[in-house]
Amino acid sequence: MNTTIETATSTVPVGAVHTPDSPLDWSEPLVAGTVLLDEVVAPNAPWSTTVAAGQVLTIVDVGGNQSADCLIFDAANADERYSVPDTLAWQGNAYVRESTVLRSNLGRPLMTVVGNEVARQDTIGGACGKESNTLRYGHHTAFQHGCRENFLTEAARHGLGARDLVSNLNWFMNVPVEADGSLGIVDGISGPGKRVAVRAERDVLVLVSNCPQMNNPCNDFNPTPLRMLVTAPGLA
Amino acid sequence: MSRADTRDTASILAARADARSQGDGVSDWMAYLPAARTPYPPAGVDPQLLTWAETVAPGGYTHKVVSRGTRIRLEDVAGDACAHLLVFNALEPWERLNVADTQKIPWQAYLGAGHPLLSGDGRVLATVVADTSGHHDAFCGTSTDLWNLEKYGDAAPHGPSPSGRARLTLAAAKHGLGPGDLPPSVSFFQGLRVEVDGAFTWQGSAGPATYVDLLAELPLVVLVANVPHPLDPRTDYVVGPLRVHAWRSSPSAPDDPHADATPERRRAYLNTVDYAEARGL
Ligand SMILES: [Zn+2]
Repeated sequence: MNTTIETATSTVPVGAVHTPDSPLDWSEPLVAGTVLLDEVVAPNAPWSTTVAAGQVLTIVDVGGNQSADCLIFDAANADERYSVPDTLAWQGNAYVRESTVLRSNLGRPLMTVVGNEVARQDTIGGACGKESNTLRYGHHTAFQHGCRENFLTEAARHGLGARDLVSNLNWFMNVPVEADGSLGIVDGISGPGKRVAVRAERDVLVLVSNCPQMNNPCNDFNPTPLRMLVTAPGLA
Repeated sequence: MSRADTRDTASILAARADARSQGDGVSDWMAYLPAARTPYPPAGVDPQLLTWAETVAPGGYTHKVVSRGTRIRLEDVAGDACAHLLVFNALEPWERLNVADTQKIPWQAYLGAGHPLLSGDGRVLATVVADTSGHHDAFCGTSTDLWNLEKYGDAAPHGPSPSGRARLTLAAAKHGLGPGDLPPSVSFFQGLRVEVDGAFTWQGSAGPATYVDLLAELPLVVLVANVPHPLDPRTDYVVGPLRVHAWRSSPSAPDDPHADATPERRRAYLNTVDYAEARGL
């Protein structure tokens, strides 16, 4: 191999940071109401919160085309969690859009998409990770950070582990399925300030990984922050 | 006359004789032991190599721990089976089927011959090495109690229309795995396709007597529920028998055509062999 080994100040790979001239649009909640939480998820970082039944979580794609990988659990019983196949089978469609009910592995509603500014949201593309990166891009990418690392880190804060990680949502990511079954992550169809809003149908724990992937277009090769807002509608 | 009137079970000796008189009975749905004595031996397979022979009841389930290199044939006898499958690394069962990676990494949503069933750990758990059906699904998972209750009016495990999730939950429990250990599953023999707008179009069965062969690339816990696909448009709970045979074979070698077909698959099998070598498998 022709790789040049240079001395680094840290052996921990430093995550990619968005270019300084990236347009950032912090936007505002998509659904009116009292703001109960307003936080920024830094590029590459994990995040979680509980959302009580009736409250609305707005996720802002601040820099545009930044994948927000997302898992949802029943706050009282984590064995009941977001399920891609149940969500898709109940609605008879492979894509997530406004009014999609995000269902659990028991088929029950966890959250509902009540606002959406992107034509099509993804839930079939899964999460990136060190191990899957070796298949997709080569073993030289295994040192990089991934959503699976973020999910495991954040899950541990709630007493959850590898067995609790299942197929996820990817807000603002674009994964078309073509007639011959071809499927893949392509250039995004979101943009700075675009939002999705999901209403909790019961008390839920939401885990998000602000995707660090730099080997495909899911973050526009420029990981940017996410803004997370929880609102209580009707109390404004 | 009730059965109680015709059976002598008043004493322990009589009850024992009554119990033992039943042992040679046969059912349309049963395991055949030893597997070499299966009434339905797969053509071209030395019966002495068989390690699993069974017909799974409509609405039933089965499960087995198999060694690396086991070739598992699922056969849709009558054209109405639907085999909902989960596979786990038997040595570390938190490594298990990852449907998203199984679709994304091969850049292909539809399962077929040569398709690797990938874990979330960058390895191949099993390979679809033969497929005479081509009608499968990796989008919709299996049915839940809630789904079957709405569709059929009943979902009790002791009733006429048990759900796939309930079946897989029971199968998992027998290997110490709980409800939280069940990821999304894939299903064989009832297909669907995705339209441009994302809508699912029902494809259904390819007809009777088709089969799918899976090659275990690691030691596996295999769970199979044989229940109707959730999107099966028939309003009745229609499902046919599923036949299962497995025999000793060899895991994929890195230079096998299906393992060497694409860069992603090549590295997936490299990772799998790397794991197996390190564990002395
Ligand atoms: Zn990611």
